[in-house]
Amino acid sequence: MGRAIAFLTRTRNPGRVDWTDLLAYAYLVLGVLLILAPVVWLFVSSFKSQRALIESDPRFLPYEQVTAVLPGSSRPVNLVEWTAPDGTTRILAQLRLSGANVVLADPAKPDETFQVPRRDTRPHEIVRARFENYSEPTLGGGAAGTFRFGLYFGNSVFVTVVATLMTLAISSMAAFALAKYRFAGRDVFMLLIVATLLMPATVILVPLFIVVKNFGMLDSLWGVIIPGAATPTGVFLLRQYMLTIPDELIEAARMDSASEWKIYYKIVLPLALPAIAVLAILSIIWRWNDFLWPLVVLSRSETFTLQLGLSSFKGEMLDATHYLLAMTVLTLLPVTFVFAFLQKYITTGIANTGMK
Amino acid sequence: MAAEAEPGPSAVVDTTDGGPAMRWVVTPLLAAFEPPMRWLQTKLGLRGLPYVFLLPTMAIFGLFSFLPALLNIYISFTGGASTILADRPFVGLRNYEALLACESIFVPKSCPVSGFGFWTGMWNTLLFAVIQVPIMTAVALATAIVLNREIRARGFWRALFFYPVMLSPVVVAVVWDWVLKRRGILNAGLTEFAEMRNALAAWGPLETVAKIAALLVVAALARRLWTLRAKGAWAVAALVACAGAAAWLVFAWDVRATVATQAWRPVNWLADANSSWPFFWVVFVYTWSHLGFFMLILLAGLQAIPRDLYEAAEMDGTPKWRAFVRITVPLLMPTLLVVLVLSLIRAFQIFDEVYVLTGGGPGTATRMVIQEIYESAFVSDAKLYGVAAAASVLLAGVILVLTLVQLALTRRKAGA
Repeated sequence: MGRAIAFLTRTRNPGRVDWTDLLAYAYLVLGVLLILAPVVWLFVSSFKSQRALIESDPRFLPYEQVTAVLPGSSRPVNLVEWTAPDGTTRILAQLRLSGANVVLADPAKPDETFQVPRRDTRPHEIVRARFENYSEPTLGGGAAGTFRFGLYFGNSVFVTVVATLMTLAISSMAAFALAKYRFAGRDVFMLLIVATLLMPATVILVPLFIVVKNFGMLDSLWGVIIPGAATPTGVFLLRQYMLTIPDELIEAARMDSASEWKIYYKIVLPLALPAIAVLAILSIIWRWNDFLWPLVVLSRSETFTLQLGLSSFKGEMLDATHYLLAMTVLTLLPVTFVFAFLQKYITTGIANTGMK
Repeated sequence: MAAEAEPGPSAVVDTTDGGPAMRWVVTPLLAAFEPPMRWLQTKLGLRGLPYVFLLPTMAIFGLFSFLPALLNIYISFTGGASTILADRPFVGLRNYEALLACESIFVPKSCPVSGFGFWTGMWNTLLFAVIQVPIMTAVALATAIVLNREIRARGFWRALFFYPVMLSPVVVAVVWDWVLKRRGILNAGLTEFAEMRNALAAWGPLETVAKIAALLVVAALARRLWTLRAKGAWAVAALVACAGAAAWLVFAWDVRATVATQAWRPVNWLADANSSWPFFWVVFVYTWSHLGFFMLILLAGLQAIPRDLYEAAEMDGTPKWRAFVRITVPLLMPTLLVVLVLSLIRAFQIFDEVYVLTGGGPGTATRMVIQEIYESAFVSDAKLYGVAAAASVLLAGVILVLTLVQLALTRRKAGA
């Protein structure tokens, strides 16, 4: 512990820890708490029983009330821990309440009931992580019903993968043309691509919907994929990078009578891979998290993406919090893993493009 | 901004070969396009080929950006619920009238039905932007400055602050809804906190302990300030007087009254119609989830400031705060302006988080303009495409101006 504190508080010029350093670390710790605490709380809560969630049990661990079915009855009753006046504790079945008292019985001998003050008893609970919250909506079983995780997950993966591949292909082609050729109207094309920044999907929702509908892509994943496949950010990110590829390489290939297409995919594309990787990561995040446009295009639940499924599930199944939380965790896990492994490239990529 | 000197995004993949995926899947796939492209090359020549490369991107932009942008204006002059353009009757300015024929646009109630929704949303969005943008910029700047210091594990901290940006708006909304429920963890924590304070107030030696601690603080401060005695006798007198007054205040302090509190009454944070809490939490949650993005841009701006400027200032004995005002602030200003405008553009388009978190409620307290457009076109039975398009045109005007400002700023920054 002491070493951990020493590690965290050490500055790069040792021996000079002044109050601004302390302030900086206090700020960081507070910020990280504020950022992580809600996510951690969601994660922990997702393992709790439906009952604990309805009762909003504020405890960190997933406690669960133990119940037992007494002989001669079909309804399970709660077990309580009773502390006898002599200090011993016993685990008994709670049959009913009676004023400030509670009627208890030994589970083995349910006929011999006796009353004790309620304050001498407390619920008999165990810590149990409910993996059923995860398995029932994904693998079936239980009452998960309308939430078809596999379907939504498949739709989301399809949209993300196909749209990203498409974006990479067409953006790199456009970037190649803009970076490596001189042709009439090049500046006009650049200007047109910048101009698309002025018309984000949010302000052309209605006509975009009508265009997509007339193409027959409504309620189809293609209606989500294609309109967003071209991105000005992507084209400019790649063009900027391709400008650094020396023209001599291309000239040399032309000498060897390579076709332009071959130059594109054999020389320029492999050399631009770092920028393409950044665009791939950005596109994956955009597509996985996209909400408004899929909401407009997709109205049948068979075509829902994970985000849409989650959002409609949140609105409709008010008493299925245990599934909602577990499915939310499953939705955030992929991006969390991608982020954990690639955060350096994601953060440099975004800092360099200034776009999201 | 991509024009900054950085040699592009650092190498994600070390080899240009790209590994097996590239070699076995991508390259053969692209090789299949070789014959048709070679044919096109012989037909069009080197001058015509760039247009072929641009075609897919420009076709998508044309069909799904430029065409809709033009159609938007046309649809805003048509009525009816049809999605076939030929079936939509021309109605002139009636859709705009439905939005703008108010006695006063500042009082949405004085507008026609559609205008009521639109202006409620517009003013909510404006209020949101005006409150949220300065807060976001200030917090992002503070975070960037802290992260730009010579601290341990900087990458780790930076990643943590950025993490919420990765989460989808729906996930963010579920996370915070779970925290902010009436019986959620925040209310539970505040209840617990109030109980702890009352338990502390009931603790016997509290009075003595608190007063001794306060006196120690006063003594420490007085000792620090004792160097001022060199300024003369009046300074000593003032110091003694202040110390005496502080000590008297400590003795007069009713510790228990300060510590004790009423039991916490749980607040329905997201649904309490009689308070500003829902709006507050919308601002908070949105800032929480987007802060990291702007922090990152500001951090890049801070790191682009040459170190030797600070070293020169240090050699001249310039105090730290002065170096901040004279070096950091002016050199960061272009980045800061871009962040301001970019966050304004985003704030005007807010929808996802709010829609899932509050649904625009309670009442219309957090109903934003995009939600109004979305619902009047796609959710309402009337399918008011024309009105929604007219509202989009009005909103597009705002976005257009802001984006032009952003582009001008970015260009100037890249040129500088």
